[in-house]
Amino acid sequence: MSVSPDPSSPNPVSSQQTILTELEARLGDLKATAQRTGSDLSAITLPLQAQIEALRARIGAALASVPTPPMSRWERVQLARAPGRPTSLDYVELLTTDFTELHGDRAYGDDPALIGGPARWQDRPVMLLLQQKGRDTKGKIKRRFGMSNPEGYRKAIRLMDLAEKCGLPIICLIDTPGAYPGIAAEERGQGWAIAESIQRMVRLRVPAVCAVIGEGGSGGALAVGVGNRVLIMENAWYSVISPEACASIIWKDPAKAPEAAEALRLTAPDLLELGIVEEVIAEPPGGAHLDPAASAGFLGEVVSRHLDELALLSAEELLTQRGERFRRLGAFLEG
Amino acid sequence: MALDKFFRRRRAQPTEGSDIPDLWSKCPACKENIYNKDLEAELYVCPKCAFHHRLSARRRVEVLLDQGTFMQQSGHVRPVDVLNFVDTETYPARLLRAQRKTGQPDAILTGTGELLGLKLTVAVMDFEFSGGSMGSVVGEEISRAAEGAAQAGLPLLLVAASGGARMQESALSLMQMAKTTVALERLSKAGLPYISLLTDPTTGGVTASFATIADVIVAEPGALIGFAGPRVIQQTIRQSLPEGFQRSEFLLEHGMVDLVTDRREQRAVLHSVLSILTRQPGAKPEQADPVQADLVQADTSHASELQASGGEQ
Repeated sequence: MSVSPDPSSPNPVSSQQTILTELEARLGDLKATAQRTGSDLSAITLPLQAQIEALRARIGAALASVPTPPMSRWERVQLARAPGRPTSLDYVELLTTDFTELHGDRAYGDDPALIGGPARWQDRPVMLLLQQKGRDTKGKIKRRFGMSNPEGYRKAIRLMDLAEKCGLPIICLIDTPGAYPGIAAEERGQGWAIAESIQRMVRLRVPAVCAVIGEGGSGGALAVGVGNRVLIMENAWYSVISPEACASIIWKDPAKAPEAAEALRLTAPDLLELGIVEEVIAEPPGGAHLDPAASAGFLGEVVSRHLDELALLSAEELLTQRGERFRRLGAFLEG
Repeated sequence: MALDKFFRRRRAQPTEGSDIPDLWSKCPACKENIYNKDLEAELYVCPKCAFHHRLSARRRVEVLLDQGTFMQQSGHVRPVDVLNFVDTETYPARLLRAQRKTGQPDAILTGTGELLGLKLTVAVMDFEFSGGSMGSVVGEEISRAAEGAAQAGLPLLLVAASGGARMQESALSLMQMAKTTVALERLSKAGLPYISLLTDPTTGGVTASFATIADVIVAEPGALIGFAGPRVIQQTIRQSLPEGFQRSEFLLEHGMVDLVTDRREQRAVLHSVLSILTRQPGAKPEQADPVQADLVQADTSHASELQASGGEQ
């Protein structure tokens, strides 16, 4: 279902988004040419710029005008898990070039549920850390539905070292039900690996932008979630525990997950209200799975904007800003 | 099961019905009846089988620090129900019950004190308060303790006892894992050592954050320590778990903790490590440890039993 919310424009949002991306690319080329040749191309670039702004506004308005029926938190959790919802690698294909996956933690193994490597994110050189669930049954099994073993977090740490050494900003796409609960994972220090990954992120001297694109399951998500900016997609969830696990503990009944989802306040608007995320990234009407290209457009635009803002900060400023951001979080009464 | 429990309780309390019902208790591990005064003298370690009883935060402080040196810093921060969390009961009702039971505002006690004369900051989790669960208050108090230690130039000793992050504060609880790490970073930058003592049980978000990024990690014998709880793992893999899985000794074997130390030796061991890491003089021989001295006086035959149980491990 591709909705065309604005009657004045026959184009669905995704094709408008494609046009926008093309125009932006053209503008970028023109500006580069102008700089290289020293010629004044403002006669072309200025109207193009205006056209881009207008299109952007139109897309924004189209999305805003869609009456969104009130959705329960459980419905959003289901959207976050909807078949066909774009995975990290789908976004990588739609938004980046030159991605090279680097394998292994240099100690024990390679974790297919948390992958990463250098790439160009809308032309910006970055280091990607991606929680990947798998797109088909075989892939899902191979990647344990996005649940990492300690090797995944240790690989993430290694890639953060590399990013810092080379001055690359880090983009983390979070999508995991949680860290893998297994015997081998415990033997190799699952808790230790997560704690060290959190600590590595706290120490980063390069920008880090984290976006929850589907499921943000507990410590397994936070391990790659200590960013200067933390973003969440409209129908993603982020919580200390999955609704099912919470329901099993409280009501001894995983079928009470919808109630648990309500109690946990785990949706994107909830997290924005609690100050846990900076921004909610829009999804196409009905959810990201209905229009992956449009979703990628929104994700790309927002992440790039935050990256560009953070690029202005020094290493010290990045450290302080990130530290203070997380140091403030929590709710209590004083005195 | 209920009947069995009934009979066990009957046998466990030989003085039942008498005026002094709390004279004896039964060791949950070896099922022996233990004279409570002996148990106390042994720092709540079973004199028969060396089982380590769980301790409240207050009692832990008494057991670890020199008598009368503890200066409490925590207690000015109280939990609040921002999410209006309701499950089988409201979060404020749960909090009130835990507060009445423990006399603490939340599952953490922090302050400064001395250990064999060595000054340090301590942060002790209280398993009796809602399973030692970590919410905003626990995160804040641990953060303040770490920052206070950094400012005062003191090492930090943290005693972990927790089932993990507190569900009733949802994502705010989760964020405490990052927050405490930020605060501990300040301690680290000040060049001050951080020791974490893992006690039964330490699991979930506590294992996956401040408890395991310590410079030195000490575990109490037999403590359950892990990220995922054993039940969750069993449900996932549908196999029985190996003997001793996720216990302190298992973690020592897998290289995850530095030491497994009997509670009755912890003061001496912690002092040795901390005094060297902070480049202070060692404990003088005449500076006898009152607790340890009592122990020796109480019953010298325990020493051989200790060795025997140590040999079995």
